[in-house]
Amino acid sequence: MIAIINYEAGNLASVSNALSRLDVPHTITNKEKELDEASGIIFPGVGHARPAMESLQANGLDHWLKNTSKPVLGICLGMQLLYDSSEEGDASGLGIIPGRLRKFDASLEKVPHMGWNTFSDMRDHPLLEGFSTDHYFYYVHSYYAPVNDFTIASCRYITNFASVVAKDNFMGVQFHPEKSGKAGAQLLRQFLQYALTS
Amino acid sequence: MLTKRIIPCLDIKDGRTVKGVNFEGLRDAGDPVELAQRYSEEGADELVFLDITATKEKRKTLVDLVKKISRRIDIPFTVGGGIGSVEEIADILHAGADKVSLNSAIVRDPDLINRAARQFGSQCIVAAVDAKRTDGQWTVFISGGSKNTGRDALQWITEAERRGAGEILLTSMDRDGTKSGFDLDLLSEVNQQVSIPVIASGGAGTIAHCRDAIKLGHADAVLAASIFHFREIEISLLKEELQRAQIPVRQTF
Repeated sequence: MIAIINYEAGNLASVSNALSRLDVPHTITNKEKELDEASGIIFPGVGHARPAMESLQANGLDHWLKNTSKPVLGICLGMQLLYDSSEEGDASGLGIIPGRLRKFDASLEKVPHMGWNTFSDMRDHPLLEGFSTDHYFYYVHSYYAPVNDFTIASCRYITNFASVVAKDNFMGVQFHPEKSGKAGAQLLRQFLQYALTS
Repeated sequence: MLTKRIIPCLDIKDGRTVKGVNFEGLRDAGDPVELAQRYSEEGADELVFLDITATKEKRKTLVDLVKKISRRIDIPFTVGGGIGSVEEIADILHAGADKVSLNSAIVRDPDLINRAARQFGSQCIVAAVDAKRTDGQWTVFISGGSKNTGRDALQWITEAERRGAGEILLTSMDRDGTKSGFDLDLLSEVNQQVSIPVIASGGAGTIAHCRDAIKLGHADAVLAASIFHFREIEISLLKEELQRAQIPVRQTF
């Protein structure tokens, strides 16, 4: 069973639909007991960092996430919340991955970074097996995570930023795999396989 | 590299896809869920659904349709047509839409953009603007193009951006359904002013029109309806030709 974390900022329907298309049993929950029983956790998110963190804190989900050893996949804002902090509303994050989210410079290109883009500089990781720089994923975000030691693939728009990150059992993708056609479905499948076999 | 997007638009009336010319004279173009799936498989980068149904039951029907569509397709989609409150936006997003397109409602109540962006994030708030050339400027029309607001389109678009819209869906009423090409002057002017993505709409008839909207009008995405519904232009061919013109597009395998 896969659990999708239910909180205010989640794009829950899209992620749930994507798992249904892959025939993966899943539940949408904010209950620790159900999260404890899941093999893997999907942590989606859209919107603003600060209210999203407040919503997690209101349910105690921030503590649960920080302390879990289960495979976690953060998507978009879910990935961003894994970091220490964000310039967006000067919000604190979960502090699982070091770094601070920054805003794209809108004087250089259109912001948000919206649409289909590729990634490069991939490192060896089960999540990225079989992917190349020809695969497109759907991005929509105005803040980005600077590349650091935990970046396992980077994307270029205005600057190089973290597209895929991994630290221990935590993984994150800046794009929306649930909205990224066949490539996105394949990436989700690889996370699920990792979660269900680890 | 970030690619330019090709976006088929489905006008929905009473659960069917329809298409008119200059906002009038509708003809049937098929089942929206089937069309959506076809486009998704053929390489469309996004989809836009605009509900032009005017009945009281509309909202529930639309939410049901959004649910059906979101179960079937794995690319982003936008839903618009008569959405007028934060509650309605929440219903549509929770049903599985990725963005909502707001048009008449935000002209009547511009603060709706602020409230919606605060609650759901700018990334899912599309400001749709129907602009018509009148006396050397572009004027905003609402209510499906039937009502002249007298507002200057460029000023309104700037305000929509400032209030928190994440994207502009810019329709030239003069060109809509005519297949005579996008209004490149309008597109260029708007793109000089805003720093959020702009979707060009109204007038697509040929591959060259789409190319020009991107190359000359600096559009981030092109939206079209009838050329796709009636298979006048295949999305794959359009993408091949755009790539030949040095425009980055997403290739699907």
